[in-house]
Amino acid sequence: MIELLYWEGCPSHPEAKALLERVLTEIGRDDQIVMTEVKSDEEAERLRFPGSPTIRVDGNDVDLEGAKSRPALTCRIYYLPDGRVSPVPSREQLEAALR
Amino acid sequence: MSIDLGSEAPSFVLPGVDGNDHSLDDYGDAKLLVVVQYCNHCPYVLAWEGRLMAVARDYAQKGVRVVAINSNDVAHYPEDSFEQMKARAEKLGFPFDYLFDESQSLAHALGAERTPEVFLFDKGRRLRYHGAIDDSRDDNAVTRSYLREAIDALLAGEEPPTAETEAVGCTVKWK
Repeated sequence: MIELLYWEGCPSHPEAKALLERVLTEIGRDDQIVMTEVKSDEEAERLRFPGSPTIRVDGNDVDLEGAKSRPALTCRIYYLPDGRVSPVPSREQLEAALR
Repeated sequence: MSIDLGSEAPSFVLPGVDGNDHSLDDYGDAKLLVVVQYCNHCPYVLAWEGRLMAVARDYAQKGVRVVAINSNDVAHYPEDSFEQMKARAEKLGFPFDYLFDESQSLAHALGAERTPEVFLFDKGRRLRYHGAIDDSRDDNAVTRSYLREAIDALLAGEEPPTAETEAVGCTVKWK
């Protein structure tokens, strides 16, 4: 199962969803993406949500290091292969998690 | 709702990471004043950070001052505390003042909504450009450098080619 958890206060989830869909198409998968909106600090705690967007494949976060951040309604920080900061995972992170 | 183009810059007196208080009047000599709603924790701020630092450095000798304002609620976002602000500014060597708006009064007065969000004031401290630093958080994909274009135009006595854009980033974290 592929889950995308998001918080509306952060604008990055549409970009993350589009990237995830592109990668799925490119690797020949047709999985449905289960979208879950996180609306409160309590939900963030319960869902172990370290920020928006959070993408999990079969329960495993695509960025295991980032998943250790404290649960919060916030925009999540990802790092691209060249070290630059990004509000969405890299294509490489998604491909690695999906293969 | 942010202030309208042409509006006067709101006055402020805020503590900076340099240990001094800074007021709007302190920047009175600047030909242009760039006020940027800012913070530590937001990936959009971090993605644009190098480009904002470059703007501050490139235009310092031309009389342009940049001041970053963090107004976020540190109770919920401790990464944005004053101590963390000091640490980040020192680590990166910010070429701009970084001020803490703990009461959020300046963010309210500006009508700021996002981080990063730019407010460019002219010599008379009227708002002449508002919005994004440029048109992409990905520095490899930038096609329009809105802030630089506006600064260049105003320094040349012309109108900014684009006066308002949508600021893309994290929301200001209100108390």
